[in-house]
Amino acid sequence: MNFTYWSWDTFFDALPFVLQGLGITVGLTITCYLFALIFGFVWTFLRRVPNKLFNWVVTWTMEFIRSTPPLVQLFFIYYAWPMIPGVGFTLNPFASAVLGLGIHFSTYVGEIYRSGIESVDKGQWEASRALNFTTVDKWKKIILPQAIPPTIPMLGNYFIIMFKEVPLASIIGVAGIMLMANTYGAQNWAYLEPLTIVGIIFLALSYPSAVLIKKLEVKMNTRFDKNAVVKSNQKGAVM
Amino acid sequence: MINAIIDIAPQLARGLSITISVLLASAIFAYLMAFIAGLCRLSQNTIIRKFTGLYVEVFRGTSLIVQLFWLYYAVPMLFGIQLGSNWWIGVIAIGLNYGAYLSEVVRGSILSVAQGQTEAATALNMSSFQRMRLIIFPQAVRMMLPEFGNYTIQILKGTSLVSLIGMTDILYYGDIMRSSNLSQAPLVYLLVLVFYFILALPLIWLTRKGESISRKGVAS
Repeated sequence: MNFTYWSWDTFFDALPFVLQGLGITVGLTITCYLFALIFGFVWTFLRRVPNKLFNWVVTWTMEFIRSTPPLVQLFFIYYAWPMIPGVGFTLNPFASAVLGLGIHFSTYVGEIYRSGIESVDKGQWEASRALNFTTVDKWKKIILPQAIPPTIPMLGNYFIIMFKEVPLASIIGVAGIMLMANTYGAQNWAYLEPLTIVGIIFLALSYPSAVLIKKLEVKMNTRFDKNAVVKSNQKGAVM
Repeated sequence: MINAIIDIAPQLARGLSITISVLLASAIFAYLMAFIAGLCRLSQNTIIRKFTGLYVEVFRGTSLIVQLFWLYYAVPMLFGIQLGSNWWIGVIAIGLNYGAYLSEVVRGSILSVAQGQTEAATALNMSSFQRMRLIIFPQAVRMMLPEFGNYTIQILKGTSLVSLIGMTDILYYGDIMRSSNLSQAPLVYLLVLVFYFILALPLIWLTRKGESISRKGVAS
């Protein structure tokens, strides 16, 4: 086994090479995230369809997607896409990753939306019905504006989690920082420095975002003062 | 279609033993790390607390695949040592990663045991060790159960990465089947997903069980 020790020359040689992939990594994270945010609504509304059998199918489909490895799902989408009748072209790695990771995380996002919608007070639903709102207006003007903002910190956490799952896409050939580091390692037989760079980049980006989201959480909690709601409910129960 | 499934499934099943052994070993290792790190973060000693905090933030801040490759490629280069077989590298990487996440669960649960319990235990003249062992911990463990279940499913998902360092798990055999017959690729990977889902089913069931246990008798 030939081993080389830490070398700053290699480090600074690898740094610009690995950084070439940063744009792709960040771009992929944002695209996947937007996809998941939008697709999450699809799950939420599919689950609200008032049919027991349909509901059961949707619930277990979500459970299936959520409890199987995203890596395998990426492979599946990458190889299955051209086999869909009438498609006949290969999906490029970036698009496969958006679809794969996007759908995977949309199941989590859908659950978050659901918890937000369920936490909207029953009186709000009744009031919107009493005021004769149409279904669209009810969701657009009453329910969603109250349901979504309190879930923003949780959604933010999933942004960070997704950022950390994005290097999986390097396996199907998305040229993010992970693939760049592996390429550099294979070309120069020096994995230590490029992989360390990748680690540092992840830490440098995810740690401050986590701190930021914690702050946001505190702010949201005071703004939507959940305790106040709980207290008033308890008061109602006593009376 | 049916014939193809009958062809593929036994091939994939050859990887079951590796996937299950990595799952069990890394889950146990992760639980161990979770309790050690979770308790250390509540220690009175600043150095222990800071050091564990560093471990948790580093492993939570970078992704599992980076850590796995780092242990696989970089550690032997940096220190000139081998961490043992690939199986061990996979177990250590997954265990350290999810141990860091779970340590936050442990810490949060212990902190959320009502303050009055600690005070009552102190009033009953218990030592700090007795307080933790007899009063705080039994109440905290119940609260941890659902999250431990959820993270065990995450660990199962994480085990698929060991195929990238050459372990012969389910996904590895799936890749082999795919390269031998590309037109079967979607079916192969669908079956791999089904295999993982079957492994996840008992974990999903346990998680739900844990949720109901943790809710029982808790005033909220």
